[in-house]
Amino acid sequence: MAEHTKNTLWAGRDILVGKDANKMIFRFLSRSENVALARLLAAAAVAEKDTTVAELDEIKVAVSEAVSNAIIHGYGNDPQQYVEMSIGVSRQELLISIHDDGVGIADIEQAMRPSYSTDGRMGLGFAFMQSFMDDVDVSSLPQAGTTVTMRKKLA
Amino acid sequence: MDLIITVKNYQHKSWLCVKPSGELDMAVADDFRARITEAMQLFGCRCLWCDFSAVSFIDSSGLGVLLGRYRELAPFGGKIIITGASESVYRLLLAGGLHKLMEIDRPLSMRYSEEGI
Ligand SMILES: Nc1ncnc2c1ncn2[C@@H]1O[C@H](COP(=O)(O)OP(=O)(O)O)[C@@H](O)[C@H]1O
Ligand SMILES: [Mg+2]
Repeated sequence: MAEHTKNTLWAGRDILVGKDANKMIFRFLSRSENVALARLLAAAAVAEKDTTVAELDEIKVAVSEAVSNAIIHGYGNDPQQYVEMSIGVSRQELLISIHDDGVGIADIEQAMRPSYSTDGRMGLGFAFMQSFMDDVDVSSLPQAGTTVTMRKKLA
Repeated sequence: MDLIITVKNYQHKSWLCVKPSGELDMAVADDFRARITEAMQLFGCRCLWCDFSAVSFIDSSGLGVLLGRYRELAPFGGKIIITGASESVYRLLLAGGLHKLMEIDRPLSMRYSEEGI
């Protein structure tokens, strides 16, 4: 994992240090079929919580977008790289972090603007992450990689 | 993704009917796009009817395929209708703004609970 993300991954997120917080980290190849796996893992992590069907859908779409971006943009569709997904669940919230060691993002603000895409795509990925999760934080260094951390309150 | 493709003639127009099943994400988007494009050219259809009754998930990669087809068809007077979407899929189609460009059937389950039909 790139040096800059080691310290920032869970920084300022001490709400999850509570006694009931559970954490897990998954590493998988940047193959497109693993996007479905990542969605399932995220959904399974909150299975015990009182999440509604609509909330589960939102979590799945947000994860799908972040992992797709890591593969498509971060790694330029190279299936031989690794994507890392960290999940933290407490009684109050879900924290999901998706990391790639890919090309990184030079201008994060611009990248997160709705309809912005460097790839002729829809540019809806970040818009979905932001509307479906309560908080989205992106840290990235060009040529080093990107970490997208998303937080969702659990009722 | 399984994909059933048929052609129907309806109101003097030939409709390409596609029924994909499974999850429409980046893993299947290229295949989905290629097979629709190929069939539209083969049968010369300008109208696309998507039966989404067997689609369990869609994200922006799947939406991108629909939007791409719309952009190809619209200049030639073509159109796209989507029927059978589940509540989950329907919500995402709306979140992506596709209802402004395509005719999307409201799921019966939502009409039951909200309109009392
Ligand atoms: N993990 C990533 N690595 C590098 N660039 C990224 C990453 N995620 C997003 N981006 C950049 O941000 C842009 C917007 O992303 P998004 O909103 O998902 O739209 P889209 O994927 O449709 O292009 C992308 O086109 C890309 O330039
Ligand atoms: Mg994207």
